[in-house]
Amino acid sequence: MSVLSMPATVYDAMRAHGEETYPHECCGVLLGQVVRGEWHVEAAVRAGNMRTDSAHNRYSIDPAELVRIQRDAMRQRQDIAGFYHSHPDHPAQWSATDFAEAHWIGCSYVITEVRSGRAALTNAFLLAGTTEEDKRFEPMDVRLDESIGDTSK
Amino acid sequence: MTIIIPTPLRQYVDGQAKIEVTAPTVKGALDALTLERPELRKHLFNAEGKVRAFVNVYLNDEDVRYLPQKEDSAVMENDTLTIIPSIAGGSSFQPSAFRRQVEPRTSN
Repeated sequence: MSVLSMPATVYDAMRAHGEETYPHECCGVLLGQVVRGEWHVEAAVRAGNMRTDSAHNRYSIDPAELVRIQRDAMRQRQDIAGFYHSHPDHPAQWSATDFAEAHWIGCSYVITEVRSGRAALTNAFLLAGTTEEDKRFEPMDVRLDESIGDTSK
Repeated sequence: MTIIIPTPLRQYVDGQAKIEVTAPTVKGALDALTLERPELRKHLFNAEGKVRAFVNVYLNDEDVRYLPQKEDSAVMENDTLTIIPSIAGGSSFQPSAFRRQVEPRTSN
């Protein structure tokens, strides 16, 4: 199983975001670097959910916001490592919609179940494969690095 | 001009985050980028040669789809073209409180 490591502060920030937007889905971008073949997340950047028509069970990040986030990340010598979102009152497992809309092959997708307003389980999935035709989600092992300072935004 | 390559596509450009190309238009720049990179082209374009629906292309801060000339828009040496796949999803879960609002009542 591939590993997704991050500071505990980033992990907590993602989960807190899900609690704040409950009963709507939150979403954001994970920035980091590949270290010895594994993604190491260094920061989580909050993004707005464009799906105001169905925010309780859908999310979408404005591509213009993504462009800005990617530009800022590159200035800090970081890359987009993945994305996070919440599932209000629904398990932290990828859905058919999550899979259909996943196009960042090689990146991680982190999902937090928010049950009755409180963050519950958080899972991470690697979008593996090489093309849209053979892509698949594979579970990742989330490891928290307590030694790294607060870099969440 | 500079083309910014997103993380998933860097494997097709030797890991580079930025590629410099010379072209008169957005379409020309994408063609120049993919001319000798057929695997990258398959990721960016569909079988009809159109940019895939989930691939967003920004000329500086503007979505190319909404420019008057779209992919035929002229580009300058100092312009930046950003390729950014879309990101969306969601649980699709319909809680009972929401279901009650849309489900028709059954008569006895």
